[in-house]
Formats: sequence, C-alpha cells, structure tokens
Amino acid sequence: MTGLTFLIPIALGMGALGLAVFFWAMKHGQFEDLDGAAQRILIDEDEGDDV
Amino acid sequence: MNAPTEIIADDKSRLIDTRLTAPGIRCAGCIGKIERDLSELDGVESVRVNFSAKRVAVLHDPAIGEEHLAAALRELGFESQPVADNPLGTDDAESKKLLRALAVAGFGMMNVMLLSVSIWSGAEGATRELFHWLSAVIALPVIAYSGRPFFASALMALRYRRTNMDVPISIGVLLATGLSLYETATGGGHAYFESAVMLLFFLLSGRALDASMRTRTRAGIGALLGSMGKSATVIAPDGSTARLPADELEPGMLVMVAAGEALAADGEVDEGSSAIDNSMLTGESAPENVSKGSLVHAGAINLGAPLRIRLTRTTSDTAIAEIARLMDEAGQSRSRYVRIADRASRLYAPAVHTLSLLAFIGWMIAGTGWHQSLVIAIAVLIITCPCAMGLAVPAAQVVASGALLKRGLLVKDGSALERLAECDTALLDKTGTLTLGEPRPDIYALGSDDRAIALALAQTSRHPLSRGLTSALRECDTKPERLECVREIEGCGVTGNWDGREVALERTSRSGTEISVSLRVDGRSQLIVFEDPMRPDASKTVAALKTLGIKPSILSGDRSGAVQAVANELQLDAQAGATPQDKLRALELLKRSGRKPLMIGDGLNDGPALAAAHASIAPGNASDVSQQAADAVFIGRNLMPVALAVQVARRTMKIVRQNLGFSVLYNVCAVPLALFGFVTPLIAAIAMSISSLVVVANSLRLARSAKEPSA
Repeated sequence: MTGLTFLIPIALGMGALGLAVFFWAMKHGQFEDLDGAAQRILIDEDEGDDV
Repeated sequence: MNAPTEIIADDKSRLIDTRLTAPGIRCAGCIGKIERDLSELDGVESVRVNFSAKRVAVLHDPAIGEEHLAAALRELGFESQPVADNPLGTDDAESKKLLRALAVAGFGMMNVMLLSVSIWSGAEGATRELFHWLSAVIALPVIAYSGRPFFASALMALRYRRTNMDVPISIGVLLATGLSLYETATGGGHAYFESAVMLLFFLLSGRALDASMRTRTRAGIGALLGSMGKSATVIAPDGSTARLPADELEPGMLVMVAAGEALAADGEVDEGSSAIDNSMLTGESAPENVSKGSLVHAGAINLGAPLRIRLTRTTSDTAIAEIARLMDEAGQSRSRYVRIADRASRLYAPAVHTLSLLAFIGWMIAGTGWHQSLVIAIAVLIITCPCAMGLAVPAAQVVASGALLKRGLLVKDGSALERLAECDTALLDKTGTLTLGEPRPDIYALGSDDRAIALALAQTSRHPLSRGLTSALRECDTKPERLECVREIEGCGVTGNWDGREVALERTSRSGTEISVSLRVDGRSQLIVFEDPMRPDASKTVAALKTLGIKPSILSGDRSGAVQAVANELQLDAQAGATPQDKLRALELLKRSGRKPLMIGDGLNDGPALAAAHASIAPGNASDVSQQAADAVFIGRNLMPVALAVQVARRTMKIVRQNLGFSVLYNVCAVPLALFGFVTPLIAAIAMSISSLVVVANSLRLARSAKEPSA
C-alpha cells in the first residue's frame, strides 16, 4: 500500500510529462510539415553546389 | 542582458516574414536547393520550406521586395506566388484544438484506466475509495477540457431546437460523470469515469481525423491557388507603382499587366500590344490579339509583352463578379445536403433517449428504487452512446481520401465523397479538362543538342509557350546546355550565346490557329509546333465512367468545330458555345429530371456550374474560383482520377453503411444487457473499445480501393 503513495504520482507525472511534450511540439510547429521531415533526411549537407 | 544580444534582437525585429507558395517543390533536392541558394541572397536571414504545404517562408530585410524573392525562386526553376495571410488559418486552428483535446483525453484515459483496472481486479475498501477519488480528480478536468467541442455543438443545436449527434453524447458523458461523482462521494461500488473519458477519446479521434482530412486537402489546394489575378500593379500619375488587391481597384486607374499575369479588373488597353488568353472566361482556346483600344476582361491572362491598361469596370462590376454572383446562388442548393451521419443520428438520438427513459420508468415500476433505476438508465445511455457511429463515417472517409490523395485527387471533405457516390451523369468541359489546357510542343524532330539548347532558353522565360516547352523537355530527361548572356526580349523571344554561337527561341510570323515558335541555332532554324492535346487517358476514363453507370457528355464554351472533333473522338454527345448561364440551365434541366449531375470543369465560366452540380471536380490547373467551387481537385495529366473518385466514393459509402449497420447490430446485442442491469463499467469499457476497433479495421480495407477501375 505504501508503494502506491509514490508509484501513482510517478505514473501521473510521466503521463503529464508526455502530454506537456506533445503540447510543446505542437506549439513549436513540429507537426507542420510531416512530409518535409521525411524528405529532409535525403538532403546531402556536404555537397555544396549542384548544377 | 548584455549589449550585443540586444543589438541582434533589435536587428531581428526589423526583419519581415514573407510566405510564397511554390507548387513545383517535389523532392528533397528542391528543398535543399531553395533553402541553400535563397539564403545566400543579401538581406535574407533565413529560409524554411514547408514541403506539405509547398510553401517557402523567408525571413528577410524589408528592403527586398516580394517580387525580388519570387524572381530569385524563378531563377532556381520554381514558379512562385507571394501569399497574403494564411486564408486557411481558421481551419488549421480548429484541427489543432481537436488534437489538443484528443491528447488530453488520451492522457486522462490511460491514467483513469490504470486505476480502473486495479479496481476491476479486486481493490477493496479504502484503496477502492482512494482510486475512485483519484479517478475523479483526473477525469473532471479532462472531461471539462476535452468535452468542450461536443458540449458547445450540442448547446448550439438545442438552442435552435434541433438535435445532432452531439446531444446524446453530451448527455451521456455528463450523466455518467454526475453518477460517478455521486457513487464516489457515497462510497459506492461502480464509477463510470473511464467510460466517460474513453467515449470522449474515441469520438475525438473521429473528429480529429475528419478535421485533418480537411486541412490536408486544403493545404494541397492552397498550394495550387494564388496564381490568378487577385491584385494588380497600379501606376500612379507620378510614375511610381504599387501593388493593390483587386477589391481596392477603381475605374480610371492605370495598371501594368506583366507577361503571364492575369487581369484583376475589366479595362481598355492604353499602351502596348500583346496576345491574351481568354480561355478562363470563355473556354475559347486560341489566344486573342489585343492592342491600344481593345477591351479586356478580368480573368484574361497576358501571354506576350507587358500591357498598360486603363480600368473601366472594377470589383463587383466585372464579368468575373457576375460569375461569382451566379455561383453564390447556385451553391445554395448544396448547403441543404444533409450528411449521412446526421441523417443517422436524427433517427438514433430520440430512440436511445426514449429507451433509456423507458428503462428508468420500467425499473422504478419494478420497485428497485430510484438509485438503481438511474444507474441502469445511465448504463443504457453509455453503452448506446454513438461511439462506433461517431467513428463509422469519418474513419472510412479519411482512409478513402488518403487513398485518393496518393492517386492525385484531393477531396475537400466527407460530404463531397458522399455526394460523389450518388452521381449518375457527368458533364465534362473541353479545354483544360478533356484536353491538357496547356500548349504542348512536338519535340520529336529535335536533336539532343537542340533540345538542350531549347531547354536552356525556355526555362528562363515564364511565357506559356516556354513553360510548355520546358516541361515537355524536362519530361524526356533533357539537361539544359550552359548558355551565356541569356536575355528575354518581351514579345519576341529569348536569345543567348552557346559556345560563341548565337541561339534563340523566337516568335514565328505564321498566322492561323496553329501556334508555333522557331528555334534558331547559329543561323539554322527549326519550327516547333504546339497544340493542346487530349489528356492521354481521356477515352479510357470515359469508358470507365460508362462502366460505373454514369452517362458522360461534353458541355463546353468553345467553338462547336473544336468541341465536335473531341466529341467524335470520344463518341460523346456535346453541347458547344455554352455560356455560364447555359451551363447552369443544362444542370437545372438534369436535376429536374431527377438525375444527379457530376460537373468536371476548370474555367471561370464553369464556376457556377461547378457550384450548382450535385458534385464537382476541377483539375489542378483550373482557376482559383473553380478550385474553390469544386468538391475535389485532381493533379497531373491524367483524367482517370475522376473515374477513380466516383468508384472510391461508392466503395466508401458501402463501407460507411456496413459500419453504421455494425453499430446498430452491436447496440441490438448490448442494449438488452444494459436494460436488465448486467452492464458494469468493465463491460461498458470493453464493448466500447471493441466496437470502435471493428469499425476502424473495416474502414482500413478502403486503403487499397483506389486501384485502376476494372473496365
């Protein structure tokens, strides 16, 4: 029983943290360009100039 | 803090943010190229490409104008248009609000469920009471936050003495919460907090799906919009120029219309001579030559040299405005359409409420006492809450629209899919719909060197012929030759220097309906002939429409000769020379004879018909007005998405009916359990999840539905 006194707050805290992170991500436009994120991985940073 | 950062902050505050839409962004290479090359410009602070919306956001010094940025992008090979404030912002805000509510409901559901599972697995006494209180503390704010979309909509409906899907939902959630609070306070055994929160979670996912479908397609359509005359460059008496939006223009103003630009108002040519493309307005495909004194109408596109035009009629007096008025009137019949989910809930809500009331009265008569009777009545309400029903329609429609999106068709909303499925007659415009609506050159006679030179010359110009040539050459993988001193002479052509030899793309002096340019390389010239070809799969699409039981015919504003040629080739009936009013009348006639017409057209002159038809589709290169009036927009050279749209829409409706049927079946099984008082919170939770999962799984079958129709 005593375990519950800190296990429940931890569970709630972790859930709330996830929620806070999701809200932060939405506010900072992380979901604005989902297709773009998939494409950007292909950009070669080193190759300075293409024709 | 310290001085240097303040200076930077001050510096940054002077920068302005410009957004340009560039529909040509297609791959990672495009993103890299734009972000790298554009940020090298002087005064540009940062560049960010939004690939999904095909938009470029530039943070720059106010000294650089929008035109300068657009020109820089054109040099990189991307046509672009500055966008004003985000016109789709409100939609976006709505879908964000729903997503936030969904996240909160998900958080609440997980935690309350965690506590509930412990109770179900046998927590007793003080532990159970503690868990009930904890659930209440979590659930109450979650329900207050996540339930708002439903409560607001239910209140609105009740205020107008109507019911919608949200009324039974709100009543169910509120009663379940109230009862659970009472149970918790009095130390009772059953609290339904998890059912209430879970109900909100599933229903919100349906709503969020619906909203994301709308925002996704609007972003796609938004990327295509904005190329038409919404503003004009006005020349002040002192010679300075300013860009004014179309609704601030006044008769008597002198405006400058660059090559490739569309007119924003009616007027008379004051200076310059050029050819204009009236196809948006009349459907006539051949360009019209204009010079000083000619009358020009809003919506026409200047093909050649820049023109100065003295405006005669602006804003609500223009020919376009007349079309807009027709569209407004025509679109009203469509707003009366009632969506299938609302039709279902009109029958469903009163039935459920009566049933739950009867359960209460029945148990009161049986003498179980008001507490037990109320518990059973609420259990009936919770178990019949249209959870699966709320998901049944949006889940199927979102999967279907996703499948269609992959095939190049953007459906605007769920109601469009419902109406598309009902169509039984199709009316097709000719120019730009059955044909590509853009000049395509015959390049087979050109050698590989000539092709490379032609591409190098054509890609620097925005003349429609150059653009047609560029896209045709790029399609056959031509790499542009390196040229020097490339120069465009307005109204004549493009010249350049290739290894010391003079090369040029020039206007030809040949007259007649045939459009052509000549490519001159070192004194040797070659003729490139343009034509407006039929879409490659036009006849296949017509055949596919016929197998779907839809009767297609042509309704065009073009000359009857040109229309008849296409009609013969496709073996269709045709009506030529139709004005916007004629098109409306033809649709009225069809509707009155009980048919449900599907209109497919692109021009401004099709706008009213697109708005009046039972459902409508416009190609991606259509005028803004038409794209906004249409239910769906298809991209690319193929016409097949039109037939696919109808096919997928019909399959979607089949799945939607299955889903609704399943929801009803589930209720038929679950309601007796609830009526006889066997439904505990555990059973309610399991039943609700299973019904929702079945509906979603059934809808996912649509993902593969957008295959070629089997003719």
